[in-house]
Amino acid sequence: MNIKRTYIRIIDSFYWLIRKHRSDDGIFTHKLDRFFLETYDIHKFISRFFRELFTKPFEFREFIRQSYEVGVRSIPLITLTGFVIGVVFTRQSRPPLVEFGAASWLPSLIGIAFVRALGPLVTALISSGKVGSHIGAELASMKVTEQIDAMDVSAVNPYKFLVVTRVAATTIMIPLLMLYCTFVGMLGSFMNVHQNELTSFVTFFESAFAQVSFLDVSAAVFKSILYGFTIGIVACYRGFNATNGTQGVGRAANRAVVFSMFLIFAEELLIVQITHWIAAF
Amino acid sequence: MKKEDQQSALKETVITIRGLHKSFGGLPVLQGIDLDLFKGENFVVLGRSGSGKSVLIKIIAGLLKPDAGTVNVLGQHVDLLNDKELQSLRLRLGFIFQSSALYDSMTIRENLEFSMVRNFKTLSAKEVDHAVYEVLDAVGLKDKINAMPADLSGGQVKRIGIARTLILHPEIMLYDEPTAGLDPITCTEIIELINEVKTRFNTSSIIITHDLTCAKETGDRIAMLQDGHFTRLGNFGEVFDTDDIRIKRFFDYNFIK
Ligand SMILES: Nc1ncnc2c1ncn2[C@@H]1O[C@H](COP(=O)(O)OP(=O)(O)O)[C@@H](O)[C@H]1O
Ligand SMILES: [Mg+2]
Repeated sequence: MNIKRTYIRIIDSFYWLIRKHRSDDGIFTHKLDRFFLETYDIHKFISRFFRELFTKPFEFREFIRQSYEVGVRSIPLITLTGFVIGVVFTRQSRPPLVEFGAASWLPSLIGIAFVRALGPLVTALISSGKVGSHIGAELASMKVTEQIDAMDVSAVNPYKFLVVTRVAATTIMIPLLMLYCTFVGMLGSFMNVHQNELTSFVTFFESAFAQVSFLDVSAAVFKSILYGFTIGIVACYRGFNATNGTQGVGRAANRAVVFSMFLIFAEELLIVQITHWIAAF
Repeated sequence: MKKEDQQSALKETVITIRGLHKSFGGLPVLQGIDLDLFKGENFVVLGRSGSGKSVLIKIIAGLLKPDAGTVNVLGQHVDLLNDKELQSLRLRLGFIFQSSALYDSMTIRENLEFSMVRNFKTLSAKEVDHAVYEVLDAVGLKDKINAMPADLSGGQVKRIGIARTLILHPEIMLYDEPTAGLDPITCTEIIELINEVKTRFNTSSIIITHDLTCAKETGDRIAMLQDGHFTRLGNFGEVFDTDDIRIKRFFDYNFIK
């Protein structure tokens, strides 16, 4: 396989670099070795997702079940966090704006903040904690109790049944949750603004969305799709590759959350840069 | 040619293993296994914990890849099959995990029909239903159809694990320690079930165990797995007719002297 050869070549050149600078290649090269092997594994895991997503059959019922699990079950938590962040963010932003006599800008500020950053990020982080740990632990416990092997030997593809459905569910539901979170957050913000500045509902949302461009909204949706995919695939990868019994289940759930949060921040930085580029044209 | 040899030469083999080797990260587990499973026989593999019994049947089912040697199951080389071929071969194998590995988020009915509805899409709901009741009847647990695995006792879990594979009418059954962790009465029931499955479903089986009662009651031939290969092979009496201290200990513990 071509990809494997490329990986091996990269690994080799890294080793060459290391040997040049270090005489003893003990634990360090061992760790590096593991890192590259894992990168290769993840690569395989992800490409398998796209391969199996488009080959029949699609486990539609399991997909619906997982979408319900990811989407509907997260609504209470997203409602609470979105609303609270809306209220708190508005309260905290008011004093500096009032100082400059710009309290009327508050709705626009909120609109931009929620659509561009808060909505997608809050949804992704909350979901990676709630959904990511759930999927990670669930698949890991199936792995260590040999349920995944049992599917395999009964001639059912466990990747298709477990991974494809879950990743598809997070990829579709997290953007929807993001839109909902943004809405609830702005509702919270409106309550606060209404209380203090007596702004009407229509006026608030009109000025909130006045500054929000099509690019902002599409970037937010695109980001959320990516975050959803990241959360699902990382959690499934960790669960599917769990080892060491019960201990491994906890570790898989934990790593699923930590690693997907890390990736979400990295992706956020990257996308902010890219959107700035696009906006500059 | 002795009479027995002539007989075995006439018998059809369903599994043939030659020179099987497998190690994990430098630790050798299987070192030259040769095995013939004849059609319609129960073949028992005895061995201590960690001797590689589970590894052996996992290789037969294609869950692990051998390092060296050939594994021929129902006329096909397991390690040379592509995904699709392996899948259709696996439909002809029944694998009973030591832990039974029931899908704990599904009901018993869903556990039983899981593979069937996915591999035989043309079956009607009625036919699937019929198959579910047939195997539940075979293991004597018709009333548990809507229970969850967590609500079953150890022996019942084992039975459902066996029923889940029987529903596909496999030609070969691979039992991984079917009586481990069960009380003596339940053990006897499972042993009876294993023998019943053999006659009722006409299967050939490999039964892995360290329970000598199970070996004696179910096994047509018995092999002793030690140091990565079969050190003894024959019927129950032949295997234990030896001065090897390790085999004697095995025997003494099981049949209190
Ligand atoms: N997937 C695996 N990875 C690494 N080592 C393994 C794996 N499976 C089994 N082993 C090792 O192989 C040896 C035999 O295991 P096993 O076949 O499960 O023993 P048993 O005879 O009790 O069933 C053990 O030492 C175990 O640690
Ligand atoms: Mg075992």
